[in-house]
Amino acid sequence: MSGTGIGASVRRTEDLRFVRGAGKYTDDMNLLGQTYAYILRSPHAHATINSIDTSAASQGDGVVAVFTAEDMAAIGGIPCGWQVHSKDGSPMHEPKHPVLAEGKVRHTGDPVAVVIAESRSQARDAAESIEVDYGVLPAVVDMNDAVTADSTSVHDDVGTNICYDWALGDPEVVDEAFSNAAHVASLDLVNNRLIPNAIEPRCAIGDFDQATGQYTLHTTSQNPHVIRLLMGAFVLGVPEHKLRVHAPDVGGGFGSKIFHYAEEIIVTWAAAQLNRPVKWTADRSESFISDAHGRDHVTKVELALDEDGKFLALRESTLANMGAYLSTFAPCIPTYLHGTLLAGQYATPVIYCEVKAVFTNTVPVDAYRGAGRPEATYLLERIVQVAADQLGMDPAEIRRRNFIQPDQFPYQTPVALVYDTGDYDASLSKALDSADYAGFAARKASSKAAGKLRGIGISSYIEACGIAPSNVVGSLGARAGLYEAATIRVNPTGSVSVLTGSHSHGQGHETTFAQVVSEKLGIDFDSIEIVHGDTDKIPFGMGTYGSRSIAVGGTAIVNALDKIIAKGKKIAAHLLEASEADIEFEDGQFVVPGTDKAKAFGEVALTAYVPHQYPLEELEPGLEETAFYDPKNFTFPAGTYVCEVEVDPETGVVDIASFHATDDFGTIINPMIVEGQVHGGLVQGIGQALLEAACYDDNGQLLSGSYMDYTMPRAADVPSFSVDTTVTECEHNPLGVKGCGEAGAIGSPPAVINAILNALAEVGVTELDMPATPHRVWQAIRSAQAS
Amino acid sequence: MYAFDYKSPSSLSEAADMLQSSDDGVLLAGGHTLLPTMKQRLASASDLIDLGGVSELRGISVSGGQVTIGAMTTHAEVAASSEVANAIAALADLAGGIGDPQVRNAGTIGGSIANSDPSADYPAALVGLGATINTNSRSIAADDFFTGMFDTALDENEIITQVSFPIPDAAGYSKFPNPASRYAVVGVFVSRSSDGVRVAVTGAGPSVFRVAEMEAALADSFSAASVAGISVSDDDLNSDIHASAEYRAHLVTVMAKRAVQKAGG
Repeated sequence: MSGTGIGASVRRTEDLRFVRGAGKYTDDMNLLGQTYAYILRSPHAHATINSIDTSAASQGDGVVAVFTAEDMAAIGGIPCGWQVHSKDGSPMHEPKHPVLAEGKVRHTGDPVAVVIAESRSQARDAAESIEVDYGVLPAVVDMNDAVTADSTSVHDDVGTNICYDWALGDPEVVDEAFSNAAHVASLDLVNNRLIPNAIEPRCAIGDFDQATGQYTLHTTSQNPHVIRLLMGAFVLGVPEHKLRVHAPDVGGGFGSKIFHYAEEIIVTWAAAQLNRPVKWTADRSESFISDAHGRDHVTKVELALDEDGKFLALRESTLANMGAYLSTFAPCIPTYLHGTLLAGQYATPVIYCEVKAVFTNTVPVDAYRGAGRPEATYLLERIVQVAADQLGMDPAEIRRRNFIQPDQFPYQTPVALVYDTGDYDASLSKALDSADYAGFAARKASSKAAGKLRGIGISSYIEACGIAPSNVVGSLGARAGLYEAATIRVNPTGSVSVLTGSHSHGQGHETTFAQVVSEKLGIDFDSIEIVHGDTDKIPFGMGTYGSRSIAVGGTAIVNALDKIIAKGKKIAAHLLEASEADIEFEDGQFVVPGTDKAKAFGEVALTAYVPHQYPLEELEPGLEETAFYDPKNFTFPAGTYVCEVEVDPETGVVDIASFHATDDFGTIINPMIVEGQVHGGLVQGIGQALLEAACYDDNGQLLSGSYMDYTMPRAADVPSFSVDTTVTECEHNPLGVKGCGEAGAIGSPPAVINAILNALAEVGVTELDMPATPHRVWQAIRSAQAS
Repeated sequence: MYAFDYKSPSSLSEAADMLQSSDDGVLLAGGHTLLPTMKQRLASASDLIDLGGVSELRGISVSGGQVTIGAMTTHAEVAASSEVANAIAALADLAGGIGDPQVRNAGTIGGSIANSDPSADYPAALVGLGATINTNSRSIAADDFFTGMFDTALDENEIITQVSFPIPDAAGYSKFPNPASRYAVVGVFVSRSSDGVRVAVTGAGPSVFRVAEMEAALADSFSAASVAGISVSDDDLNSDIHASAEYRAHLVTVMAKRAVQKAGG
């Protein structure tokens, strides 16, 4: 390992500009002649639009234009990127998602009209004079109500609120396993709706060059090529060569900036209408009601066990909230990123999962850090705990007894996935040691002496990163490929530009990817530049989500580097008057082993661009290679988290006394960055478990629509984490990497809740939903005492 | 925000004149409630009169058995003041627990009490210590000042100048913060002095209130055990997504116990 190669905790290159306030975000850009868009949004969750009068607004100071759905009639609705089929074979209901509401609004925040003016405040002033005559309808909010036959329909043309009724597995086989089981554990739970809250609100600037017909969209996106494809091909009908999508520095996404949003279309379309740039920036209140939300499942889960605590079968039934419209990848989250994870780390022989996706008059729900996998992990690790409690087994022991063993890999689960590698007991054992599991009883006793209830909880999670391969996901309904692209451009003097389709919005790609290149080419870290986020610069890439960047994007880089090295060998062979087969590349040198013949990488690069001494008859000049990499399989990070809590029974306050994480991410490129990713994920998972909840009232008004009521985790809410790793290398990518971006958020919620329920067992509490706020914990204690 | 004229007086009398002569003038102190409300266009003003430059409204002094704090003194200044800490440690403690550092460095005692937010911390201290609110025209006892939710005894165009707190023999404040906003879901301020015992509750009801039964019990015996069995009715208490009225009523007792413990009882 070199000082900047694979395995080194290189300090993040990008932080130099970020901590100096020199990052360039979308909202930092201002174009000549720019106008400002203000979106008038629905105050109602469900209403007909009887009329819209924009005449006064059009006359407002500084107003350039006012648009409603009528003006945009010629363009398409916002497309959905994944089609799920119901268990009867029928395709999901896919109602139109108009850019601006057409005749009806379906959630508070639904865009109704847009005012474009010379300033933001003028646009907002004018928007207040738009008169919309709404006919308010009953709001569909609760999913259990939404699926009843007499419920109001969110989409009249669909006629039901069930988007699809999907299933995975054989129900008869599973039912039979249950009927023969010695023990059945059962649990009803809610996976609470979350609001992503990236630190940078969304922003979009549309620009149009009348001379060339070229459109440009600058936007806060995790995947600019996906946006270009969706908006160009499906909405605006603009060919790719006339549409550039640029996502510069982006301040966090967590999934919420994967999706194609109405505002991106509005500003791009309007810029061409007006022949002026149009900028829209969300304010925080707007983010709460316009960014896609996450999670929101209501679930029943059952686990069948034999008398020794061996799992025989798992059965799950879930209602998954889609919100009012299908966001870009919403349909696949509770299905292919959820049902397929239900084996977890266990050798459960048969599993059946059914999921009804439900339309409601709420903000659309889509992928949020973990996306489907936190929901699967939560129900699984909760039911395992319930089973252990009911059988009187140690929660670590019941897990060990059911783990897939190291010699069973590759392991075909009953829910479609094939795990390539893993060692689950290694992570569990390390986490238990770290947490001093054996010493818990003594700590519990000392808490009790101080009037506190102490509990310990375990979560052994698995997740699947780098969703692939494209032909398989295509057969499952994906309307896009899931490969990644990279170009390695070696410049004449030996510096290297890496053009990657992955997008960095906090992950530190500029550092991690440069480490991979530094290691492979043996060149100075500082001579490597990572370029991303601009469809005019980079090859067609699928972007960053699902912890895919190192496993998929990193592999594309490695494959392109291999091509560079292969070509470099040909050039070096010519320079060294040796056979190509005799050339080896090591430590930045092309050498003939056993001789003193060597050419530095830089010399070969220069020769490629100044090809005076060059095999021109056989080889093109230049040193630039592109690779598109489509993975053979997912990668499967896994690990065990151990959480210890102390509960104040008087107030219901939960204090996390300690949190020990042991993760297996395969090869780790930058341990410091990985540790940071785990910390961030754990905080978000703890946020879900203890603090965060998107609350709607019966009328579909968002009650937790600001930081006054939506509790984002703060530093004081979490302990100092103990983070460690074990390593089994991924077997189907050259780096052996698995991905680490989401694990913390996936594995931590059940560890926290299991710990709290362990603490509360002595006062008789057996059920508790997230978030375990003090109020809820106190109520649970009180109800248990009353009964 | 809707458009307004920004005014920056440098003296109290100038501020009073500006307020008097404006159509719909509003005083700006720390701005933590006013500015977000204006940004959301839920409030507007013809003139925003910024008291930040009125130096006579700032400062802390201790004399004659009183701690006097200028209306524009920030929470951070009160929290960091050794004079306050020596005289009424519970008051410095309360100020140091308001919001977060950003809030404490801009928010002021005058702005807080003029706003009379039912969940604000300071009203508990003012009523719990029997403070006096001085304005540019009169003095108002804290017991008479807070008249309801976002409502005070202040007249239109009246400006708070300072708050005087009598130094008690013992005092303590215990707060159960809203996990999101850090306002008080329930905060209880307890003091004991030659004038008797005061127990003031913020956050639980529409406005700060005293609990006579607890005061009587503590006057009899100043210990946490004295209030442990006393509960307030949840009939008129606040209820929201963070805490039901029932939970708030329960927390009043718990926070009262802890406040008494902090006060050495």
